[in-house]
Amino acid sequence: MRAPVTDLPLVLDGVALQAGATILLNDISLTIAPGVPTLIVGPNGSGKTSLLRLCMGLSAPTGGRITWGGRTDPAPTRRAFVFQRPVMLRRAASANVTYALAQAGMPRSQRPSRAAALLQRVGLADLAHRPARLLSGGEQQRLALARALARDPEILLLDEPTANLDPAATRAVEEIVMSAAQSGIKIVMASHDLGQVRRLAGEVIFLARGTLCERAATNDFLDRPSTQEARAFLRGDLVV
Amino acid sequence: MPDHLSALQLILAGDPALFAIVRLSLGVSLAAVALAAAIGMPIGALLALTRFPGRPALVVLLNAMMGLPPVVVGLALYLLLSRSGPLGAFGILFTPAAMVVAQTVLILPIIAALTRQTIEDLWAEYRDELNAMNVGPIGRMTTLLWDARFSLLTALLAGFGRAAAEVGAVMIVGGNIDGFTRTMTTTVALETSKGNLPLAMGLGAILIVLVLAINAAAWGTRVWSQRLTG
Ligand SMILES: Nc1ncnc2c1ncn2[C@@H]1O[C@H](COP(=O)(O)OP(=O)(O)OP(=O)(O)O)[C@@H](O)[C@H]1O
Ligand SMILES: [Mg+2]
Repeated sequence: MRAPVTDLPLVLDGVALQAGATILLNDISLTIAPGVPTLIVGPNGSGKTSLLRLCMGLSAPTGGRITWGGRTDPAPTRRAFVFQRPVMLRRAASANVTYALAQAGMPRSQRPSRAAALLQRVGLADLAHRPARLLSGGEQQRLALARALARDPEILLLDEPTANLDPAATRAVEEIVMSAAQSGIKIVMASHDLGQVRRLAGEVIFLARGTLCERAATNDFLDRPSTQEARAFLRGDLVV
Repeated sequence: MPDHLSALQLILAGDPALFAIVRLSLGVSLAAVALAAAIGMPIGALLALTRFPGRPALVVLLNAMMGLPPVVVGLALYLLLSRSGPLGAFGILFTPAAMVVAQTVLILPIIAALTRQTIEDLWAEYRDELNAMNVGPIGRMTTLLWDARFSLLTALLAGFGRAAAEVGAVMIVGGNIDGFTRTMTTTVALETSKGNLPLAMGLGAILIVLVLAINAAAWGTRVWSQRLTG
């Protein structure tokens, strides 16, 4: 199932995104290569979701260029996405995972055992046969992770996957993300939770009002933010 | 059929003429549902998943056609199928085949429109996830049809209900010929006008039970599917 193509590096070159007269993202250039987890940080409405969707190829930029491993074709091959509110297919939990495996091109005979292993990995082995839409929010988020990992991604994009979860569920999701990172998957994750940034991030990309303000190693960002906007955000002030 | 028999007696006695009528009615309506589903579901799914100029007009037209007056459909088909009409060569006017065609035309818009709505709503919900899983156009269509199967079954039942209860179209293109194209609804209309109320009431009762059963089935499907798929 391993495609010969690669999606890395992911390169954004002068990317802009506009909806009508509203500018959502403004002249963003950045390269995402294998390495430590990257957290996209910024206040509400700063453009984190918009940026992640562009990186996934779910929406097209209105300006600039995005390439994945040098290709401009936006069809996701070796990347996966976990949405802030994942949508479960109207099937059992395990069927949601086998569906993703099938879409990633895994032969039918290998799917059940791989799905079982993935459910085990996210701690949902006991709920394999439960209809996915009846799972709790935290369980759905973990199932979404299993489904994303089923794609055998090189790069995993996550949009505030813990925003609606309690501390225990948040910890469970973070552990899965960390183990994915340790297994060599490049993590790009949006968050506005500074505790989470501290726990997970290798580096931080800070967005404010659709502009990439800074990109720095986590400690540098937290201790010595170089822009006014980042300092205000870290102080807990609103950046409007 | 002797006039003094009561409706209940007819049913309980398993009156052969009465049951032949019920059988024909059900056969014609089931055939019409099958045909309308085979044509209408793909049309509805395509309409839900494609964008082209004139699509909104087509959607509005389809929705409007859900309320086609049966007698008008009957009249149009009568003109098409009569000996001198463009489709007269088939020679199916005043046969059960013509009644199947009429009911298919009547319920095709219902099934296509409900399928379009169902698939479009589900697509709005699934779009991002399916795109993120790199699902192609064929996989998209089969996934949506499969995951919407219980709602689509409800659409089929709605179509069946309309077909079975309809009288105008089958009356015109079937001709209400005794023992050949006489259905429950046309018999009720005829026997009532003749004053043979017991037979009319017996068939009316069977029709009502059928409609109730269909709605119970639709409701049961919904409850069951919710338990099954959330
Ligand atoms: N289609 C659209 N048309 C107009 N404005 C939009 C559209 N989509 C998003 N926006 C706006 O663009 C800005 C960025 O939105 P985005 O969802 O990327 O922010 P975010 O950083 O993910 O916010 P949050 O932390 O609340 O999730 C917001 O102000 C939003 O209202
Ligand atoms: Mg967001």
